[in-house]
Amino acid sequence: MKRTLSAIALSLACALPAMAQTYAVTNGRVVTNTSAGIIDDGTVVVRDGDIVAVGANVQIPEGANIIDADGGWITPGIFAPVTQLGLVEVALESSTNDSGADDSPYSVALDVADSFNPAGMHIPTTRVEGITRAALVPSTGHNIFGGRGALIDTSGNADSVFDTGSFVFADLSQSGASTAGGSRAAAWTFLEAAFGDTRFYPGRYAAHPEGDALHRYDAAALVDVVRGRMPLMVEVDRAADIRRALRFQAENQPVQLIIHGGAEAWMVADELAAANVPVLIDPIANLPGSFDRIGSTLENAARLHEAGVTVAYTTQTADGYWNARLLPQHAGNAVANGVPWDVAFRSITLTPAEIYGVGARYGALAAGYAGDVVVWNGDPLEVMSAPTHVLIDGEETDMETRQTRLRDRYMDITDDTPYAYRR
Amino acid sequence: MIFDTWKTTAALASVLVLSACSNGGGDTTGTDSAGGDDGETTIVRHETDPYPSTYVPRPSTPTLIRGATVFDGIGGRIENGDVLMVDGRIAAVGTGLEAPEGATVIDGAGRFVTPGVIDIHSHLGVYPSPGVSAHSDGNEATQPVTSEVWVEHSVWPQDPGFEAALAGGITTLHILPGSANLFGGRGITLRNVSGRTVQEMKFPDAPYTLKMACGENPARVYGNRGRSPATDMGNMAGYRAAWQRASDYRDRWHEYWEDAEAGEDVSAPTRDIELDTLMGVLDGDILVHMHCYRSDQMAQIIDMSNEFDYQVSVFHHAVESYKIPDILAEANACSAVWADWGGFKMEAYDSIRENLPLLHANGACAMIHSDDAFNIQRLNQEVAKALADGQAAGLDISEAEAWSWLSSNPARGLGIDDQTGALVEGLRGDVVLWSGNPFSTYTRADQVWIDGSLRYDRSNESLQPVRDFMVGQPGEGDQ
Repeated sequence: MKRTLSAIALSLACALPAMAQTYAVTNGRVVTNTSAGIIDDGTVVVRDGDIVAVGANVQIPEGANIIDADGGWITPGIFAPVTQLGLVEVALESSTNDSGADDSPYSVALDVADSFNPAGMHIPTTRVEGITRAALVPSTGHNIFGGRGALIDTSGNADSVFDTGSFVFADLSQSGASTAGGSRAAAWTFLEAAFGDTRFYPGRYAAHPEGDALHRYDAAALVDVVRGRMPLMVEVDRAADIRRALRFQAENQPVQLIIHGGAEAWMVADELAAANVPVLIDPIANLPGSFDRIGSTLENAARLHEAGVTVAYTTQTADGYWNARLLPQHAGNAVANGVPWDVAFRSITLTPAEIYGVGARYGALAAGYAGDVVVWNGDPLEVMSAPTHVLIDGEETDMETRQTRLRDRYMDITDDTPYAYRR
Repeated sequence: MIFDTWKTTAALASVLVLSACSNGGGDTTGTDSAGGDDGETTIVRHETDPYPSTYVPRPSTPTLIRGATVFDGIGGRIENGDVLMVDGRIAAVGTGLEAPEGATVIDGAGRFVTPGVIDIHSHLGVYPSPGVSAHSDGNEATQPVTSEVWVEHSVWPQDPGFEAALAGGITTLHILPGSANLFGGRGITLRNVSGRTVQEMKFPDAPYTLKMACGENPARVYGNRGRSPATDMGNMAGYRAAWQRASDYRDRWHEYWEDAEAGEDVSAPTRDIELDTLMGVLDGDILVHMHCYRSDQMAQIIDMSNEFDYQVSVFHHAVESYKIPDILAEANACSAVWADWGGFKMEAYDSIRENLPLLHANGACAMIHSDDAFNIQRLNQEVAKALADGQAAGLDISEAEAWSWLSSNPARGLGIDDQTGALVEGLRGDVVLWSGNPFSTYTRADQVWIDGSLRYDRSNESLQPVRDFMVGQPGEGDQ
């Protein structure tokens, strides 16, 4: 793989620049996600891993590698806010599926970064579709908590994880109710008890490692959530459950919620906006797939936007490992259903970065941002467009994947070289 | 749940559908007389269409869509083209058509007209929304051979997924049992219309189909119960045993009919509902739709179809079809595939985005399918992705050709290509008027006609159906 040098040079600290080259990405329609808006014929200069200049009349540094966008689009890399990239290789093969841990005695303490495999085959197939950053969300196991999420890049490098302990995931939807013992009341009681355990951590565990809800080790992991330093991502779809979550936040300040699912969020839009709680939705989720989601509609995204709610998009109706790459298509369908293009595009780039507290570093094209730049042969939200170049941390990445290799192997059926020898 | 597991369930359920069709010829009621006018001898012939379609096209007015870009579904593209529907049928396709008196004339400028989309692999109605336990009606996973079940007996006509699919331009869809079983049961082809009963939705005279399934699903379902099949070889043994029984059963009936028609005093064999379906396949009346992922397994299935002398009409999912287009073309077997799904199990690991265009380019019959209540709403986008990936790989395929993956090829796979799937004079008036190029993410179906009757209009709420389930619910009538 490429970027071996930067892999060695980089540490987990995201601010460290790669010791990389200088690139000038030219001759394209630049979507900045800043007050500079869209620059029709612009250039983006990336040096030592970071963006250093963006504009219509930018001086191209001497010796820079030129990437000609050929009249296409130049955008920040896509940031997928809910994935299980590198956690799942083959979903039904449990030996390759680290998305959750049904039989672990621990829950909140589980750090999803420990399960992440940067060499997973879905990392490159996702990257070549323009997704450069992603959040990893662990599935729940024996209780409503899935564990602690992390943020990755899709370079495939050893240092792909650039933030850990990014949030804690808890399921308070109908599946969470089931996990908690059979009702919403059971799920919320468990959450309240977990917060109670954590507020009095470590004192209440002096005599015994078990609390009302959490093992001592899990309570320790929840401290930052209770103190509002780490967001709590809660899975809820039903309007009533979203209201319950907002009440929980109000009663447990300074906790910061992120709503995931949000099928009926449009019915609670004003309350969400007032509470400044961001929502992660799949804009194509329009079916009443469960009694939690009766109010599902293609207009969810537009209605939330109009109410002033912060919204980022997911691929919940697809999956989070093989087809997290379809995020631009889902955003395009939000546009088809009433969301302004720039808002929809931001919902898969800058907005997720801001929700996870890294919006000053990722999700925009401006000096000081990481050099995550994607060149597209057309509008990135169009299903027939595709990236031609993907830069991560200022390094150009490989556009070949296991899938393109298989394609090329079987491209010519008149070739009589045995298949296994076509290397 | 972070991701939708009910949808994954449907994918796991992706089964080849085996359905038998009530096609013409054998359509008799119980017995008929033979051996002369005296009727002394009656010959037993079982009704092949005991649950007949009661579908009646809605009234229509002559409709002329004028000045649109037309994809005719069989490779043709007409700029500034017109499509005329009269009496529920395609009456003319061309340019500069005259509107008959009293016709509704629609300005299609800047818009596109195509045949209605046909989804050859859907579980709407049998894994409906909401996905509650009472609605899990698609897999009779109690024994590996259940060719006696008919999926139409599970279809819930009130699934809100039907109207969501209509808004995506779906005019015909094929409902399949799941893939838990080697022989999952008969599939059924439906018009995408609202009905109080499934009979009111059944596509008149469409052949029945039979769903069969290869690979991991049946082996997993039954192997986990400590019974056969537990392996791929167990799957093959299970199919072959059933086909042999079916072959013997068919021989008994044909021998009986021959002897009875010759006037001999013979008794009819005992009827077996399970084997009736398999006999229908061996007689060529019922089309085999076979869920298979891997190329090597498809090749085994093709050999088996030769061993027992039947035809595989369509392989479903078929993520590795791109490896064997020559074998598939030789066997005259189609592939119904996704644009970009895969990875959820080992047999789906080699899925590539160019599967559909590579099949097409290499001369094998191919089409898109959904197997999903969301993707069925945007099959035009699924084809757009496959087409773009094929073009990027250097394959010379036009947008107009690619529309065959959405209409005429699935119509062929269902044996209804003499009825629908193309904008050709005389075929059913199944037509979609799109807001723009249907291969754009931003394009939506503006209007949808079924048998020439306007059944969906994006700008007219009275033409946006609402199934019973959504009446009085939050968001009723929202798309």
